[in-house]
Amino acid sequence: MRRHTLSVLVEDKPGVLARVASLFSRRGFNIESLAVGPTETPEVSRMTIVVNVEALVLEQVTKQLNKLINVLKIVELEEETSVQRAIVLVKVKADAASRSSILEIVQLFRAKVVDVALDAVTIEATGNDDKLEALLRLLEPFGIKELVKSGVVALSRGGRSISDRALRPIDRPA
Amino acid sequence: MSTSDERVTGAQSLIRSMEHAGVDVVFGIPGGAILPAYDPLMDSSKVRHILVRHEQAAGHAAEGYAAATGRVGVCMATSGPGATNLVTPIADAHMDSVPMVAITGQVPSSAIGTDAFQEADIRGITMPITKHNYLVTDPAEIPRAMAEAFHLASTGRPGPVLVDVSKDALQAMTTFEWPDDIHLAGYHPVTKPHSKQIREAARLILESKRPVLYVGGGVIRADAAAQLKALAELTGLPVITTLMARGAFPDSHPQHLGMPGMHGTVAAVGSLQKADLIIALGARFDDRVTGKLSTFAPDATIIHADIDPAEISKNRFADVPIVGDVGEVMTELTAVLGEEKAAGLRGDYDAWWSTLNRWRDTYPLGYDLPSDDSLSPQYVIERLGVLSGPDAVYAAGVGQHQMWGAQFVKYERPRMWLNSGGLGTMGYAVPAAMGAKVGLPGSTVWAIDGDGCFQMTNQELATCAINDIPIKVALINNSSLGMVRQWQTLFYNSRYSETDLHSHRIPDFVKLADAFGCHGLRCERPEDVDSVIEQALGLNDAPVVIDFVVHRDAMVWPMVAAGTSNDDIMVAREMAPSWDSEE
Repeated sequence: MRRHTLSVLVEDKPGVLARVASLFSRRGFNIESLAVGPTETPEVSRMTIVVNVEALVLEQVTKQLNKLINVLKIVELEEETSVQRAIVLVKVKADAASRSSILEIVQLFRAKVVDVALDAVTIEATGNDDKLEALLRLLEPFGIKELVKSGVVALSRGGRSISDRALRPIDRPA
Repeated sequence: MSTSDERVTGAQSLIRSMEHAGVDVVFGIPGGAILPAYDPLMDSSKVRHILVRHEQAAGHAAEGYAAATGRVGVCMATSGPGATNLVTPIADAHMDSVPMVAITGQVPSSAIGTDAFQEADIRGITMPITKHNYLVTDPAEIPRAMAEAFHLASTGRPGPVLVDVSKDALQAMTTFEWPDDIHLAGYHPVTKPHSKQIREAARLILESKRPVLYVGGGVIRADAAAQLKALAELTGLPVITTLMARGAFPDSHPQHLGMPGMHGTVAAVGSLQKADLIIALGARFDDRVTGKLSTFAPDATIIHADIDPAEISKNRFADVPIVGDVGEVMTELTAVLGEEKAAGLRGDYDAWWSTLNRWRDTYPLGYDLPSDDSLSPQYVIERLGVLSGPDAVYAAGVGQHQMWGAQFVKYERPRMWLNSGGLGTMGYAVPAAMGAKVGLPGSTVWAIDGDGCFQMTNQELATCAINDIPIKVALINNSSLGMVRQWQTLFYNSRYSETDLHSHRIPDFVKLADAFGCHGLRCERPEDVDSVIEQALGLNDAPVVIDFVVHRDAMVWPMVAAGTSNDDIMVAREMAPSWDSEE
């Protein structure tokens, strides 16, 4: 099993997310994270899906996704040739005694404090999964009160884009 | 675009869309949300509507029509329960790749999401069982959604497409514009196979010693029986046809080994297990064919041709994947192999054929007659096939009678055998036969049904009688859920939990046929079988039901028990074939 990041261009139509999500659940594929949002083309959304599967299963995932009519294009983004980022917001217990230690960690990770209270600080950090996990491991001993993490978003490195082959204009009902 | 400035209602636009899509018949039932569409439907001179008695039957009728004619079958229902009653046939069509468009009414768009009367999220419900589906709330979008639906249903790997239209979209005024050109950015089925893969497949075919053409329903859906015959006869390869492919290759052909699978012939199952090369054509390595997957065809290299890339290497890894239209694949393979043959290169399968012929001769399909003078179900079905002539079409339910129908009727051409293969939907036969008869009014259409299946959808006899659709029903009445009973006999110590239907007493099927305005006949003795079938064949003024009262202990053989290996096929109870008797 290996972690794979799929970048999926889909038509921005009602129900598309449901189609993709139900496909994963119906075929028994496990989604590790999923992020969806707009792209440079108004009618097209981009889903970044991280799955942890064997190579043959990945092939099935990709083929089944491709069968969805609203799916336009799928590429796998390798970790070495892409930029992958998630964002985490974490609320850590902090009092006068521990605060400076926490801030030191925040600086080391080029994270930032976005909220301070008497008994806690809230930290915002972006990075790939490894970096964010390392940060959280160091913050853990101080006491994590609350945590939220986004799905991974990713782009390939270099000048080419996923939609280099021009997408045709789309005008049809959902 | 065919443009018109004329103002029409969304409902009129829907009916015009059907006309433009070439629809000649729709099976359906009206109701609140779809009601606006039924008004202009009344005025259409092109689209015939057949009012069924249950929406499930509308769906199976559309399937039967599509499977028999190759055209897209259409069914229509209202929102909520009307739509959910279509779920079974939609799932059935999805499993068996049947081109079908289902049209449903939806509550007004302002009411969607409020749990309104007769509201069901049918688009959400059918997402995993349709090729694609639509919810249309803007009347201007009706023609495009319909055009795309028919395009999607009938191209690539065929399948069901649902179009759900809100009532307000049907009632609102719009203009009708039929798109002549359909552009779907995310849909480009590959039909032309890669020539490198074709050459590699040809090389393997020539080098192999124990090859077999494993033919699936895709060959029928692709109308590629002629290409299959050309390929088979050029190469001399053995052919097996799955439950969905019966008729894709003539049963009378000497290269045909019959059907593989749980109730396949020993020769067909053996040809897969001992093969060194399997050429899968429009087939999907279903568990009913492979048996226990880890022991399936252990020595075989796999060439897998299918129009759906997702089928390739789904269950069994394909050494040579070929994505494309199976007809084109076979045409190109035949061309390459034809050149090789002209150059003096051809495969040598003589030793393989002598093994296959020994299996075929030693273990032919057969059955024991009952020891008393009661009626044998296999005999009834066999005689049905013999007496009904080459143009007859057979639609089966699901269970023992279905397997006997696949085994003992001889199929010489595609589209004469219709059944629910993937989903295994009891109740398919009567409505599917109805749909087939509407599509092929000149053909004799038999429903081979069991007494269990028949009682799930027999209300459609009324539809048939009223609309002059004279189907014939051969009711194989063993008073049981026969296949389940067979499993109880074999695997549950003959403890017959809830499989006795008592249908030798209730209902009286002859009276039931009579009540529905059909001819009802009964046959209880072997010596009457031919004359009763002949009598039924002569009755064409109304549907006919023959209640064949058969003995209930007959079992379907051969059998590969569920979850076991194909190697452990039983020819009869506690009787395994001997694979190597002369080796």
